[in-house]
Amino acid sequence: MEMSGFSTAIPLAYLASAVLFILGIKRLSHPDTAAGGNRLAAIGMLLAVIATLLESGLEYTWIIAGVAIGGLIGGVMARTVKMTAMPEMVAVFNGFGGAASGLVAVGEYLRVAGGAGGETLAIDSGVSIMAGTLIGAVTFSGSMIAFGKLQGFVTGNAISNPLVKFSAGLLLGVAVVLAVYLVGFESNLVFYWSLIAAALILGVLFVIPIGGADMPVVVALLNSYSGLAAASAGFVLGNNALIISGALVGASGLILTGIMCRAMNRSLANVLFSAFGTGSATAGRAADGDRVATPIEAEDSAMVLGYASQVIFVPGYGLAVAQAQHRVRELADLLTERGVSVRYCVHPVAGRMPGHMNVLLAEANVPYEQLCEPEDVNPDMENIDVAVVVGANDVVNPLARDDPSSPIGGMPIIETDRAKTCIVIKRSLSVGYAGIDNPLFYLRNNRMFFGDASDALARITEEVKQL
Amino acid sequence: MEGTLLIGLYVFVLAMFVGFELITKVPPTLHTPLMSGSNAISGISIVGALLVIGRAGDAVLMRWIGLAALILATINVVGGFLVTDRMLQMFKSKDAS
Repeated sequence: MEMSGFSTAIPLAYLASAVLFILGIKRLSHPDTAAGGNRLAAIGMLLAVIATLLESGLEYTWIIAGVAIGGLIGGVMARTVKMTAMPEMVAVFNGFGGAASGLVAVGEYLRVAGGAGGETLAIDSGVSIMAGTLIGAVTFSGSMIAFGKLQGFVTGNAISNPLVKFSAGLLLGVAVVLAVYLVGFESNLVFYWSLIAAALILGVLFVIPIGGADMPVVVALLNSYSGLAAASAGFVLGNNALIISGALVGASGLILTGIMCRAMNRSLANVLFSAFGTGSATAGRAADGDRVATPIEAEDSAMVLGYASQVIFVPGYGLAVAQAQHRVRELADLLTERGVSVRYCVHPVAGRMPGHMNVLLAEANVPYEQLCEPEDVNPDMENIDVAVVVGANDVVNPLARDDPSSPIGGMPIIETDRAKTCIVIKRSLSVGYAGIDNPLFYLRNNRMFFGDASDALARITEEVKQL
Repeated sequence: MEGTLLIGLYVFVLAMFVGFELITKVPPTLHTPLMSGSNAISGISIVGALLVIGRAGDAVLMRWIGLAALILATINVVGGFLVTDRMLQMFKSKDAS
């Protein structure tokens, strides 16, 4: 720490900003106070930046340039991103955060060990620098692959290959050996760059084997890593503001990861290391050929919905793909005007990131009082007249409940098969991400509305108007 | 120096507990804004980036690394808080209606 006139004021400002972060997150616990909470956290950040700028010896031209460029890019991205693309946006930001923290560690390494002297590192700052470099690099490259998968640049399929696992293990080993050598024996720039390269490849190998619909878990986990990267940068610099903020974010990501795993009834290790759907039970009961799925058209759907008293909508990733959130809202409004009680039941892993569906529905101005969770609806499912499944599949698959040996066995589902009538809006009868057949489609109380979600909902809405 | 590391660890562990307590109270509806908002908070490495630039002195490579870190962290901070605000306004606006 620089010893200037601000020597106590600066750490106190950091403390204040940490407090603002905590109060900000606390206010995120309710939709009404959440926006204020976010602003509080932003003020905390501003305070931390101002406090840092008061340190003597900073290079203001460089700083102004950096903040201007970064602020412009960040601002434009935040203003223009579509709500359906939030998972991609968060993945990219996780990566940038990780990279920034990693680069801070790199900068510190160069300062401490990069000089002509090539001094050895003190054990504590050495360990912090290595951890910061590793976590930062893994977060960056892993997030970029996650972004590529969400965006479709990289195959969304789970690439399961023993070679990938072997290489990942080997690289992790190499990285750790390099880190130990660099801290314990001598600092060596070539070895350090090799460590960074190994960590970058490791991040790629870590995300590559994970399939598209497991992305909520990966994005949450990378969120946690970006926090841990910031915390290790805090250890590198001996700065408590970074340590506290990083720990908060690390905890947040870990909790979300846990929630996502529980919602799929899978362990984190299972998500990360065993590509989904490759289990033995996949074949299951796929082939009893004489089952017939009953199709339904817009007019009949409108009749069923228009004269129902209780309707739930179950949105899934297909809703995001078809950008159908506004259409759902229009139909729901129309039904509400007719006296139908409408709710939206959101499964925790629906979509590509935690809370993805909720954001889309919020964008379409769905009142959050109408949102509910599977536990709220399932016990009462017999009284639901119509359950409309929009672009969801595995989260309403009764096999999860009925067949423990199925790959999704034990995953909590929304039991729309028990509603009086279930209408599934879907392009085809194809299997969902889990690669297993969905017996719901062939049930007697189920109807299939084949087509694009947005288009299908628009047509049903038109028909309801005619009633 | 050992003292600094140890205090850092204390702070880290306690802050993790605070984080766990706070975040378990956030409802699933708000999980996406929570992620983007906490993500913006992890952009606190902007402080680290400023310090790296400040400590670079004549080391050119270090200064460029600091600048790269500063740009990335600023994108993270500015973009993260703004997009979270945009989302949360949508959650809030319906409240009135």
